[in-house]
Amino acid sequence: MDAKTKLELQRTATQIRKGIITAVASAGSGHPGGSLSVADIMTFLYFKEMRVDPKSPKNPDRDRFVLSKGHCSPGLYSTLAHRGFFPVEDLKSFRQAGSYLEGHPNMDKVPGVDMSTGSLGQGVSAAVGMALAGKLDKKDYRVFTVLGDGELEEGQVWEAAMAAAHYKLDNLTAFVDYNGLQIDGKIIDVMNPEPIADKFLAFGWHVVNIDAHDFDAIEKGVEEAKATKGKPTVIIAHSVKGKGVSYMENQASWHGSAPKKEQAEQALAELDALLNSL
Amino acid sequence: MSEKIATRVAYGTALAEIGHNENIVVLDADLSKSTRTDLFQKKYPERHINMGIAESNMMAVAAGLASCGKTVFASTFAMFAAGRAFDQVRNSIGYPHLNVKIGATHAGITVGEDGASHQAIEDIALMRSIPGMTVISPADGVSTMALVKQAAEMVGPVYLRLGRLDVPVIYSNDTQFQIGKGVTVKDGKNITLIANGLMVDMAVQAASKLEAEGLSVRVIDIHTIKPIDEEIIIKAAQETGAIVTCEEHNVMGGFGSAVAEVVVKNHPVAMEMVGIEDVFGKSGKPADLLAMYKLTPETIVEKAKKVLSRKK
Repeated sequence: MDAKTKLELQRTATQIRKGIITAVASAGSGHPGGSLSVADIMTFLYFKEMRVDPKSPKNPDRDRFVLSKGHCSPGLYSTLAHRGFFPVEDLKSFRQAGSYLEGHPNMDKVPGVDMSTGSLGQGVSAAVGMALAGKLDKKDYRVFTVLGDGELEEGQVWEAAMAAAHYKLDNLTAFVDYNGLQIDGKIIDVMNPEPIADKFLAFGWHVVNIDAHDFDAIEKGVEEAKATKGKPTVIIAHSVKGKGVSYMENQASWHGSAPKKEQAEQALAELDALLNSL
Repeated sequence: MSEKIATRVAYGTALAEIGHNENIVVLDADLSKSTRTDLFQKKYPERHINMGIAESNMMAVAAGLASCGKTVFASTFAMFAAGRAFDQVRNSIGYPHLNVKIGATHAGITVGEDGASHQAIEDIALMRSIPGMTVISPADGVSTMALVKQAAEMVGPVYLRLGRLDVPVIYSNDTQFQIGKGVTVKDGKNITLIANGLMVDMAVQAASKLEAEGLSVRVIDIHTIKPIDEEIIIKAAQETGAIVTCEEHNVMGGFGSAVAEVVVKNHPVAMEMVGIEDVFGKSGKPADLLAMYKLTPETIVEKAKKVLSRKK
């Protein structure tokens, strides 16, 4: 990736992170940690990779995205807003009565949301359904989904993994947001899903490991997924929960709690400083 | 001897008949010879997708397919469709109003020998409590064929409650059915028996017994439990003043409750409910179980007399 493209993506990802903080702080609740950890992946997908058009969000030939870890809706909403699907200003209405920006994504209400998610493990199955539809219709769209690493504790993920490999869904790419933390603590302490790579390999997937905050690595992983035929690919994205906000980084406590006013101001100031340094 | 056919067979037959529509995709969870989606599979193998023994995944996969414009029929036993996969049906299909038809076979105790673990007696209650879900429980093969085809034509989630047991054909092939509209099987003035599924035939038998005793009995088939035909129920309450509901389901939260909701809000009259009295099923021949759980014309007669004694 050339330096200019990368810089643009970094700037966009920082704006998206600011939107996440704004949304969660306005709501007084929500899930900033895992939204910040996937912000670079979301940025790459929506600003570099995916064939989507904010003017035609239901185009049948578009690439699809399913946020299987639906609680990270601030990450998805901020990305969609910055991509032009709806006004960035609306992020301030997140989780409030009357807003279309529900706590978890609702495909009927939010332009650009391809699947309603929230109950963990279901989004990846829906993504399998979309990939099957693509194969049935002989269309070349691709389907991307993002799973949490804690979400891998849901048995349904492995039902979906079995089906995706069985039907050779090479048009499906799953990211695992591998930040090592879930609400109650470290994933290895709460309910160890390791070894994650070995499990996906055993289920018949192609496995790629990347740094979730390195755009070159994200691009390389996605290109490898696209080049892999006859099986789905999982990109295990080694990430930092709360990435970009100093006091949130690697803290399970920021999984599902919102910053207070001063904390939000500090977070936005840190992100502005980062923007200025880029 | 009247002709008999299981509603699951009519379901599979209907799918095979409408399968020329290339938008239709049928999913099954390793039960295609039981749900009878094999009848579709024989004609359209490329659009019959076996999801293995993984019903939760199947329902959310169905949602994904539907989001891409497919009309999806997802089939398994009612126990697993409404029970095991409730969260997936609720969140991935119901909440986004996706175009998935859930073909839930082997509902009720007439599953028979497999016993309680496989006998869904809670599915109507579960499915009708999901906002926007259409719930259909046809009485025979003819109405099943018609209603499956209509379900395929309408957009939105539908739960089709189907049976394993061969049941009498009670309708002629030219009978008109409409999702959401009850059928007056027989008119009458003194009391109304309101039923669905295989209990419609029993209600007809019960009506004959009551008429032999000089009563005029109305029988209504409410094949669509949701959205329910309020008009036909209110009219029955007004004109006959006494109602007995008949269902192969727990009497709590199911069909009887759905009818009662309409009656109490609009025209309260004396009601009785025939159904499974809040207990689990068990193994046995379907006929023996129906007798054991008192899902019989005789029970309907008994409850009819009880409700008539309370009629004002």
